[in-house]
Amino acid sequence: MIKKTLLTLGLSTLMAMSLTANDSLMMATTTSTEDTGLLDYLAPQFEKDTGTTLKWVATGTGKALKMGENCDVDVLLVHAPSAEKKFVDEGFGVNRNEVMFNDFVIIGPVSDPAGISGKSTDDAFKEIKEKKANFLSRGDNSGTHKKELGMWEKVSKIVPEKDSWYVQTGQGMIATINMASEKSGYTLTDRGTWIKYESQKGDKNNMKIVVENDNSLFNQYSVITVNKDKCPNVKTKLASDFSNWIVKDETQKLIGDFKLLNKPLFTPNAKK
Amino acid sequence: MNLFTDGFEEAIQLLASGNESVYSAISVTVTVSSWSLFISLLIGLPLGFLLGYYQFPGKTVVRTIVDTFLALPTVVIGLVAYTSLSQVGFLGEYNLLFTQKAIIIGQIFLGLPIIIALTAAQVEMVDKRLYLSLKGLGASSLQILKATLIEARFGLMTAAMTAYGRIITEIGISMMVGGNIKYHTRTITTAIALETGKGEFVTGIALGLVLFVVALMVNIALSILKRKWTQ
Repeated sequence: MIKKTLLTLGLSTLMAMSLTANDSLMMATTTSTEDTGLLDYLAPQFEKDTGTTLKWVATGTGKALKMGENCDVDVLLVHAPSAEKKFVDEGFGVNRNEVMFNDFVIIGPVSDPAGISGKSTDDAFKEIKEKKANFLSRGDNSGTHKKELGMWEKVSKIVPEKDSWYVQTGQGMIATINMASEKSGYTLTDRGTWIKYESQKGDKNNMKIVVENDNSLFNQYSVITVNKDKCPNVKTKLASDFSNWIVKDETQKLIGDFKLLNKPLFTPNAKK
Repeated sequence: MNLFTDGFEEAIQLLASGNESVYSAISVTVTVSSWSLFISLLIGLPLGFLLGYYQFPGKTVVRTIVDTFLALPTVVIGLVAYTSLSQVGFLGEYNLLFTQKAIIIGQIFLGLPIIIALTAAQVEMVDKRLYLSLKGLGASSLQILKATLIEARFGLMTAAMTAYGRIITEIGISMMVGGNIKYHTRTITTAIALETGKGEFVTGIALGLVLFVVALMVNIALSILKRKWTQ
């Protein structure tokens, strides 16, 4: 018992020492930046360029914004523009900068039971509702979820929450796509995560894109620094370092070069 | 069954190749669970002894409450810990959220009821004549505590192993207050949740097998210790 205790104490002291080595920055971000592997790709370069360790928690955009309000994180990288603007207007965030975009796509079973292939987004949503086709929603206040809710409100004034064909998973994007695959249902996803899913599944993929390239499917990611006035302990300098770093030319190029299956997952669009 | 055989292969491969994220997850898991068990024992053994040894009005009520805490879901403990450790919580000033310390604190609340309840039960089972003899010989309360714990050591080891089992396999607390941050607060269990959420089921199974191996090694170490004690 004594030996084991001493060994543990020794191990954990070692661990603690290694943890306090670098300055670290806490970020709240979405599951799409995590699941695609973009952050694992960018973080080491950030550390190399600035000496700061980037740590992040990946949840839905809604929770990420809440964590910013609670002062539990220093910076946000999310994709729900109207919620973000509200966040900044209410004084929780400063320096909102656009970073990159991709688009949303509607995916569904290869057999396309509701026959919505090639339709416009509005028509596709209407058809799904009419035909009562299985539709999987993130149901978790994420950026993708908010986008989807906006679509329902546009085409049918209300969200079909209680309908049996409308399934709310409450989980991340890839988990939701997996469920859509199992239930032969449709879902809205960002293209980046879809490409990641494609690369994972290879020939076993039974889903395909049914609706894309519609203006309403634009998906903008932005970085926001948590406001020091509301959160006195926030690491403003490190957060600004990150914000400046992610919009500069070299990093923007890195983002554009991030590909899977030879397809870029995000398109950099920081304002010059 | 294919999933298991693939998972088994991947587990061996991950361990043999010295995969950084896997070894980091193992290290985090062992660190936080050992600390929380250690502190749970430090606080729980004396409290359990007091609960088992002394008679006092309301003893049954206290026992029942402690036993009920055994059924607390880890997500609830995690949620309470999260709201307390958050910047808006009453412990916010210590900046513990999303650190290993936060996970340790949360896991203590998981292990403590187990240690207290099972220690109290063990202490009650110790032959009453031991107390009478010790008291007769003029032993202090601290000496009685020590002697009782030594007498009940096998039962207490089981209590410690039960608590360790529950702590090392929990995910609710680690996820909520740890944040599943790679290389920092990603434990084996939160890594499994992440991989399965990404659809990487084989990696999920592989990690599950790794956790099993870790638990197995702890148990082997403990049974060697047990044998030494019986000699």
